[in-house]
Amino acid sequence: MLSFVLRRVVQSVVVMLGVAMIAFSLFTYVGDPITNLVGIQTSDAKRAELRETLGLNDPPPVQFVRFVGRALHFQFGISYQQKRKVVDIIAERLPATLELSMLSVILALGLGVPMGVYTALHRDSWLSHLMLSLSLVGVSLPTFLIGITLIFVFAVQLNLLPSFGRGEVVHLGFWTTGLLTASGLKSTIMPAITLALFQMTLIMRLVRSEMIEVLRSDYIRFGRARGLTNRAVHFGHALKNTLVPVITITGLQLGSIIAFAIITETVFQWPGLGLMFIQAINEVDIPVMSAYLLLIACFFVIINLVVDLLYFAVDPRLRVARPTAVGG
Amino acid sequence: MSASSAAPEPSRLSEALRRAWDSDLAYSFRRSKVTMLAGAVTLLFIGSALFAPWVAPHDPYDMASVNLLDAFQPPVWVDGGDSRFLLGTDDLGRDVLSTIIYGLRISLGVGFASVFFAATLGITLGLISGYVGGTVDAVIMRIAEVQLSFPDILIALLIDGTLRSFIGPGAHANIAFVVVISAISLAYWVQYARTVRGAIMVEKNKEYVEAARVIGRSPAFIMLRHLLPNVMGPVLVIATISLALAIVTEATLSFLGVGVPPTQPSLGTLIRVGNDFLFSGEWWITIFPGAALAIMGLSVNLLGDWLRDVFNPKLR
Repeated sequence: MLSFVLRRVVQSVVVMLGVAMIAFSLFTYVGDPITNLVGIQTSDAKRAELRETLGLNDPPPVQFVRFVGRALHFQFGISYQQKRKVVDIIAERLPATLELSMLSVILALGLGVPMGVYTALHRDSWLSHLMLSLSLVGVSLPTFLIGITLIFVFAVQLNLLPSFGRGEVVHLGFWTTGLLTASGLKSTIMPAITLALFQMTLIMRLVRSEMIEVLRSDYIRFGRARGLTNRAVHFGHALKNTLVPVITITGLQLGSIIAFAIITETVFQWPGLGLMFIQAINEVDIPVMSAYLLLIACFFVIINLVVDLLYFAVDPRLRVARPTAVGG
Repeated sequence: MSASSAAPEPSRLSEALRRAWDSDLAYSFRRSKVTMLAGAVTLLFIGSALFAPWVAPHDPYDMASVNLLDAFQPPVWVDGGDSRFLLGTDDLGRDVLSTIIYGLRISLGVGFASVFFAATLGITLGLISGYVGGTVDAVIMRIAEVQLSFPDILIALLIDGTLRSFIGPGAHANIAFVVVISAISLAYWVQYARTVRGAIMVEKNKEYVEAARVIGRSPAFIMLRHLLPNVMGPVLVIATISLALAIVTEATLSFLGVGVPPTQPSLGTLIRVGNDFLFSGEWWITIFPGAALAIMGLSVNLLGDWLRDVFNPKLR
């Protein structure tokens, strides 16, 4: 157990260093940082002096260590385009993305799990067939198409919902939320559905197949033999055991949601981190790009680590088995 | 797969065709109406992409034949539609149906190329990993594991963004294709590698491999001539499924504006450009390419699902 945790931590650190290396080489080899800092009139002597004071003449390994050290203190530099600190830009954009992601997770779980249970229990009903075929369509459709379709129907044709932005937001200290105003809530509906749809179909299919599997097992048959009601068997025993993989998969999907948020945010012009990243790519705004790279990698590494540890907490059998077999 | 070594002679072509018709694969294909429909649609799309200059009613990129006065014509069945333009025209007066057919070319081309490179990379690494084992195996599989913990589309986007900034925004259009294809390939090699490695681990201890080793065949020869043919079944399935993924990934990248160059638009680019006209009422410029993309993605996905079920009934 301890060796497994240690190995995972070491692996995470290696991944983070790898991503940091990419981010660092972006800084060093794409464009000239000095050119991005100073005006055209700055003399060559001044530039050389600035280069020296900023440490850009040091050997790359030294610069890399300094880069990592700064990143650990959340110093990502100044955006080439906006001329503001990258940390401030991220802090401003983070609530929008997190709020959207959290809503989507709740939506995906809240609808996906009941739908999965229903399709597992009533395997031959027409509603189940409908849900399953729709889920196949949902998986095949690219996220941005779903978003565009929603905009077309609900914003352009029916004129019911706003198609871009967050609406009015309320500032709560360092956090901004759109959930407290009517326009904010209205603006959230379509992006949240777009982002949740893929995860919802995934969760539904997962719950369904796990549930069918569990319903075949001996203890369920024993439960029925004991005369337990359907309700007790289905929800007290079967669903409970189904939820173990669902929890872990949902945990892992949290990362995906943040990744897919890039697409959803672009479709709906949602002022979050994803939109910031796409804009940064198009404007070759290296400090913003590299900060986002590091941030998203960090997110994923932490999520994966926590999920791996959760496996141990949730499933006692794994504490005996060899950990490398996990996830196969 | 069984070792079917009896290759039919050319004179018995009809015999071979009959046998192919009677095979399990063809049988299960004939049995499933959905699969047949998906197959037909996929063929139609591939065919019209291949023969675009002959199939498309207009050449949308021939500036001489495009007339700006034809801009924003709605589809034929809408009031004011022009019979020359079945699905209407875009902001520059180009026929939407023709841009879709030419766009399909780019989408499918990038998709096939990405699948090809991803498969080559994945199979190579999987073969080496499974056959050589030891530290090499450990390193390759750790990398695969790490990559697997990130969503494919994010990996593609990150690689694409990074490569793009290294090359610089003013680079030649052809480099943009290279960037997109490498980003997608690098995002999708893992599945091949893991599958091939698993199959190789099983195969490499079998007698025929040992026999080949005993008579002094080199490891490279054994890997390519003896092991590879025996693991191609699952690889084919993955390739079909990931073709759909690659097409959708390319469309997504292009939609985000970081995909193929705008001078050679794919379906994703068409959707992005058309998206600007959604609010002014010219919905057909974006909805039709979107529908084409959705139908193609769904068809290829259905084909992949069917292949998977045929090759591996256990997964059903």
